[in-house]
Amino acid sequence: MKLHEYQAKAILRQAGLPVPKGEVVFKADEVPAALAKLGMNAGVAKAQAYTGGRGKAGGIKLFKTAEEAKAMAQQLIGMTLVTKQTGPQGVKIEAVLLEEASVIKRELYVAVTLDRGKANIAFILSPEGGMDIEDVAEKTPEKIKKLYPAWGRNLDAALAAEGAKFLGLEGDQAKAFADILEKLYRLYQEKDCSLLEINPLIVNDKGGLALLDCKFNIDDNAVYRQKDTGGDENAEKDPSEIEAAKYGLSYIKLDGDIGCMVNGAGLAMATMDIIAHYGAQPANFLDVGGSASEEAVTKAFEIISSDKHVKAILVNIFGGIMPCDRIARGVVNAVKTTGLKVPLVVRLEGTNVKEGKEVIDKSGLDLVSATDLEDGARKAAEVVKSMKAGVAGGVSGSKGVK
Amino acid sequence: MAILIGKDTRLITQGITGKAGLFHSQKCREYGTNVVGGVTPKKGGTTVEGFPVFNSVAEAAKATGANATMIFVPAAYAADAILEAADAGLPLIVAITEGIPVMDMLKVHNYLKGKKAILIGPNCPGIVTAGVCKIGIAPGPIHSKGKIGIVSRSGTLTYEAVHQTTMAGLGQTTAVGIGGDPVHGLSHVDVVKMLNDDPETEGIILIGEIGGSDEEIAAEYIKKQVKKPVVAFIAGASAPKGKRMGHAGAIIDGNTGGAEAKKQALRDAGVTVAETAAEIGKRMVEAMKAKGK
Repeated sequence: MKLHEYQAKAILRQAGLPVPKGEVVFKADEVPAALAKLGMNAGVAKAQAYTGGRGKAGGIKLFKTAEEAKAMAQQLIGMTLVTKQTGPQGVKIEAVLLEEASVIKRELYVAVTLDRGKANIAFILSPEGGMDIEDVAEKTPEKIKKLYPAWGRNLDAALAAEGAKFLGLEGDQAKAFADILEKLYRLYQEKDCSLLEINPLIVNDKGGLALLDCKFNIDDNAVYRQKDTGGDENAEKDPSEIEAAKYGLSYIKLDGDIGCMVNGAGLAMATMDIIAHYGAQPANFLDVGGSASEEAVTKAFEIISSDKHVKAILVNIFGGIMPCDRIARGVVNAVKTTGLKVPLVVRLEGTNVKEGKEVIDKSGLDLVSATDLEDGARKAAEVVKSMKAGVAGGVSGSKGVK
Repeated sequence: MAILIGKDTRLITQGITGKAGLFHSQKCREYGTNVVGGVTPKKGGTTVEGFPVFNSVAEAAKATGANATMIFVPAAYAADAILEAADAGLPLIVAITEGIPVMDMLKVHNYLKGKKAILIGPNCPGIVTAGVCKIGIAPGPIHSKGKIGIVSRSGTLTYEAVHQTTMAGLGQTTAVGIGGDPVHGLSHVDVVKMLNDDPETEGIILIGEIGGSDEEIAAEYIKKQVKKPVVAFIAGASAPKGKRMGHAGAIIDGNTGGAEAKKQALRDAGVTVAETAAEIGKRMVEAMKAKGK
């Protein structure tokens, strides 16, 4: 789960970290009151949307008067922001953060994240702030330093000093940096972060440090105990993904044309891979889980079928905890209620496979049975390819949309 | 022989009175596992389906002589359940529970450092020594006693590999599902070492997926130490960047964790990499033949 900048900064400010003063507005009408509260008429307006690269895309603007600020809020809120990171579809701007402008003397980078190999928290530091850190890592890896705190203890002063030195901070700045690092370390743990990135951490004209922008991501497994951060766990999801989650289904919409229904995350990924291997593209990732009800299976099938791009469906089940006959009944029910608009290939294996195949056979539905995973994927890919070949001759211009 | 579990395993279930905990305790017993009881706080002194229930792991261990536990406790309490089992001195802890916060697992991982307890999982299907003992949720009947050891981050892909080796007549020694979470107990390399040292295991199947660098680390070890034939499959080549594909650990960040880099590291180590999940068994048969087995 990601937090918006204004939500993250509220948490950082509360922790005593130096964040520029600011107020968020959700409507342009709120701008005068917000500026009055801040006691300023000039500053910076920052679009609140789940993406980086906002500045270059026109999502961050300086204003000199309250009228200008209001006009900017009017223009930005509700607009779709397209940045380098969003792809062409962009993301919606939900609010605008009005902030005092900072004079930037230096831009630094500080992040707290998980190093899974070391099973520890890691600090990532760079004197090259304000840029895409992946670019820095690629072009000038010597300008990135990783530091590891000793687990379960307060942050070691020597570690903070080492970090400050790497960033070229001395005296009071080094002290201020140690305090910032300690607070970020504590917040990372308290708020169940998966990433807490400050980019840039600036040195301002008075020689002070300030956290100018941040990414604050929370571990999806811990969202249940981090509700008070104000984050919205459904914020970046497709409506069909939210609907699927209600039934305990793990669903991610993709761009291909073969809908997949699989049990188990690994097998679901492997099914997508094998579809790609046979020259077609998966329309989704869908893990129905290990103990889905017949109702959930029916729902899963409805969600896949409702994707207009789906030209064939591949059901791939290795019955473990979940017996094949339950899956089969769920599929048959779904087809009977919603109808079957595209070819359906079914591969069943594992627990109660015989009973499952019986359910399919007795249903009288026109399904393609597959003997194993390879057979299933090949048949689904062939169906789609032959349909495309048929369409290409008749309807020109419908190809290459994807 | 096989590894980790066998006929001397005495298993308890933490969360035995829950629906999944009880169901799988029964399934493990049917498979032949000696399930000696279970733990549910405040329900000590009762029995369910013939299993004695205890209030704590320490109590259960003392009364039953248990030397392994499987955990079905809900995610919010599962980390504590692991610590409780470690404190009670159980040498093998298999955590089935899915969705444990990473911060909790970091605490568990660091707490277990230097202790004798071995943790498998969380978010895993468990472990099966074919024909002898099963801990966890894998379907028993697809296994057959044989010569292939399996280690996998995914449950259903483990079943796929087990099924294919059964159909190919190779059978299995032990299949270990290490789980799909970013911070976990045993890793690929730990299990590969055990299988390499196990005289009954003649070939090894390693199943990985996108995210992290567990597979690369295992590849380094295989390159130096493993003479037995190894077949690998890596899931997630077609997954988009930055999206979490079901497993919390299955996400590609920046330029690390991609499927192709993992495959290449394994190939460089002399491992046969199956291009699709459907050909794992076939590749294992070929790899065994190539080594004269």
